[in-house]
Amino acid sequence: MTDIGIVSYGGSIPRLRIKADEIAKVWGKDGSRISKGLGIYEKSVPSVDQDTATISVEAARAALNRCQIDPQDIGAIYIGSESHPYAVKPTGTIVGEAIGATPDLMVADYEFACKAGTAGVQSCTALVKADYIKYGLAIGADTAQAAPGDALEFSAAAGGAAFIIGKDRVIARINHTYSFTTDTPDFWRRSESKYPKHGGRFTGEPAYFKHVTSCARNLMEQVGTNPTDYDYAIFHQPNGKFPLKAAKLLGFTREQVNTGLIVPYIGNTYSGASLVGLAAVLDEAKPGNRILLTSYGSGAGSDGFDITVTDEILHFARHNAPSIQQLVSQKDYIDYGTYAKMTDLLYWE
Amino acid sequence: MRDVVVIGVGLTKFGELWEQSIRQLTAEAGSKAILDSGIEGKDIDAMYVGSMSAGRFVGQEHVGALVADASGFSHLHIPSTRVEGACASGGLAFREGYLSIASGMNDVVVVGGVEKMMDVGGGAATETLATAADQEWEAFFGATFPGLYAMIAVKHMKEYGTTKEQLGQVAVKNHSNGAKNPYAQYRSTVTLDQVVNASPVAYPLGLLDCSPVTDGAAAVVLCAADKARQFTDKPLVKVIGSGQGSDTLALHARRDITTLDATVYAGRRAYRQANKNPADINLAEVHDCFTIAEVCAIEDLGFVEKGQGGKAVEDHVTTLGGRIPVNTSGGLKSKGHPVGATGVAQIVEVTQQLRGNAGERQVHDAHVGLTHNVGGSGATCVVHILEAM
Amino acid sequence: MPKDVPRFWREQLQRYNLMANKCNSCGKVFFPPRESCPDCRRRSIGQMESIKLSGKGEVITYTIIHVGPDDFEEQVPYPIAIIQMDEGPRLTAQIVDCKPEDVHIGMRVESVFRKIQEDGSIGAIYYGYKFRKCILASDQPSSYEGEARAEQAPVIQ
Repeated sequence: MTDIGIVSYGGSIPRLRIKADEIAKVWGKDGSRISKGLGIYEKSVPSVDQDTATISVEAARAALNRCQIDPQDIGAIYIGSESHPYAVKPTGTIVGEAIGATPDLMVADYEFACKAGTAGVQSCTALVKADYIKYGLAIGADTAQAAPGDALEFSAAAGGAAFIIGKDRVIARINHTYSFTTDTPDFWRRSESKYPKHGGRFTGEPAYFKHVTSCARNLMEQVGTNPTDYDYAIFHQPNGKFPLKAAKLLGFTREQVNTGLIVPYIGNTYSGASLVGLAAVLDEAKPGNRILLTSYGSGAGSDGFDITVTDEILHFARHNAPSIQQLVSQKDYIDYGTYAKMTDLLYWE
Repeated sequence: MRDVVVIGVGLTKFGELWEQSIRQLTAEAGSKAILDSGIEGKDIDAMYVGSMSAGRFVGQEHVGALVADASGFSHLHIPSTRVEGACASGGLAFREGYLSIASGMNDVVVVGGVEKMMDVGGGAATETLATAADQEWEAFFGATFPGLYAMIAVKHMKEYGTTKEQLGQVAVKNHSNGAKNPYAQYRSTVTLDQVVNASPVAYPLGLLDCSPVTDGAAAVVLCAADKARQFTDKPLVKVIGSGQGSDTLALHARRDITTLDATVYAGRRAYRQANKNPADINLAEVHDCFTIAEVCAIEDLGFVEKGQGGKAVEDHVTTLGGRIPVNTSGGLKSKGHPVGATGVAQIVEVTQQLRGNAGERQVHDAHVGLTHNVGGSGATCVVHILEAM
Repeated sequence: MPKDVPRFWREQLQRYNLMANKCNSCGKVFFPPRESCPDCRRRSIGQMESIKLSGKGEVITYTIIHVGPDDFEEQVPYPIAIIQMDEGPRLTAQIVDCKPEDVHIGMRVESVFRKIQEDGSIGAIYYGYKFRKCILASDQPSSYEGEARAEQAPVIQ
């Protein structure tokens, strides 16, 4: 049976950072207490000329730089985000044009809170498996907005990762994928409002934990694995604590979760979060490593993937694009005033 | 080709002229020039008007017809043509007027230039001026007009060691001259310290390195030399050379960033026609939209070696008492820059100098003068050489 | 400035992908593409071939804009430069991701895809090229990743 899976990948994280301390100071809170509590020290901030489209293009180009694929052979692009630049007009076509994949191309934009990117991976995998397309490009990217003074202000960040799915020279085989989905209104945004609303503690047990653990357990049962069979586990990371708790609930160790946990250093990149975690793992993974990826999107659902790294990764031109660690470390700090200007907190004509 | 002379000049004050519209400005400058020349309306064979962007500044195109009407000549049905070449519009209008007489087609022509920039407000004025640049490949990406000249300055500084102080000296000199010009927008002097420390606009250019936004109009009357004495007894000033050149619209496409090849070309053609060298020029009105522009101009017109422009300004070569006085009117910097009018105003200044009418700004023994008018960052240039008869 | 959608859509390939063209008669590369070669003129008719620029080039002059157009007010002060692309043509673009004072003549840069302008909050968004200092040196050492890790925030307890 031919391997179907990840052929290449790339990440994009804006350079600007704001520290949790800096935000806390403005609202009269104790920054170090908040950082420890949330497990987030600083978050990425998009510059005024960056948005989900530019982040997606950068991630996609990084992925293309690492492989020999002709962009014309990409048959589908699915971009998942909560912050598509237009409410109507797809981000996928902008990216398609910018990477030279048009016009023989299937495109639609996805939304499912923070799991829209992994939903794209599922669609691409299915289209490749059905032989409708040679390669599919799935991207999860966001420039998340948070209301000033709200708890989410410490975590809502910007970034994304792109994955090219195909059958040729697969570096990480997708053995199986499964999703667990219910109608759970833990976090949402109405079209007229600028910022999302969330249910406070309701976003924990009945939302994140129920879906992530159910998805992971069901997936492992379907595949016939245990936590000990995996070298890496990546969970959606709305903060630095939830993934650790999920890991513990499921029986994974800290060591398995560490590499894929990027949120403490860049914040929650929403639709990009679990995919950025996966990219960080692939940056160091060796042939034979097994990975469990479980994303989570409010509303609510989790997409699970059982992935095995192949020998092909030894021939993979990883150095042709910056690694997630490099992107995390390439940063410039800004203060709250600059942050407010850039994220349109200040009203002006 | 017939000989052509300037027989009348007229100027409005340059500045913030809130009370005056385009019609009033052109009527004022035009009637002054006509009175100065001794002609009457019925003698005019044609009018040429330089106007860069009346459409964007006052929402009005069809400026040729407007000016003829405002001047009271519509019932005479005098042909009136608007000429546009960004900031060189006035100089180009002058050339068209000159050529129409030199060719034998006309005997008496009125050339005007006008711009009314204050009505739209600073941001819109800046955007409109930027239409002189390449809109799609320069302005769209965030390059401003001062930004383009600033890039010329940065390269000039790197290649030739020109300093911010030397650039600032251009402004000091021009304000010193402008202080003596009753028509100038700014009649106050500035110190080098003030110029160098002025608020930044585009590195290394600060506010005082940049010419202002201005309302104003200028006009001249041109006449076939052999008919001039029918109208006037005043000293005649002959157009002995006219040159015009073009170059790429975008600065980035030029052969050499710090040389305006259009200036070199236009200058050479004018010198050749006039049978003169740079050393024969007694004074020049050059296009100092920014201080760096004057530095490049004196190099590209051959007054000093390429790269030595900054030093020349520093060494007072171009002051009122220097070897070659440049911008005795105060230049665009101090006199003001109502875009379409500038090229014509330069002719007015040189004519007054060659007639001996320049008052406190008079250059001694001024026989031959040169005007240099540029469009955009150097995509158009027109040079004229005039001689006292 | 008036922002008409068709006018900027027409140039998307140039702005997104640096699509240039080359005169096959003399080999000179033009950006934006030209209908014919100014040097070869009629010899170049039918000889102009589409090519994509690599995005890499060198700053040959620059400035820092302090007073910008209305649409760029949020970004002031920002560097703008004339960049000589490796294939020959030059273009004008913003330099991003560095302090304005770090820009210098001779700086090696690579293109990035960014928002250039938007037509207010209800009009279209226009994307295109800006440039940043080259991120990956061609001889980048593998120890780079190790250095990167050491700089991070502390591992959470």
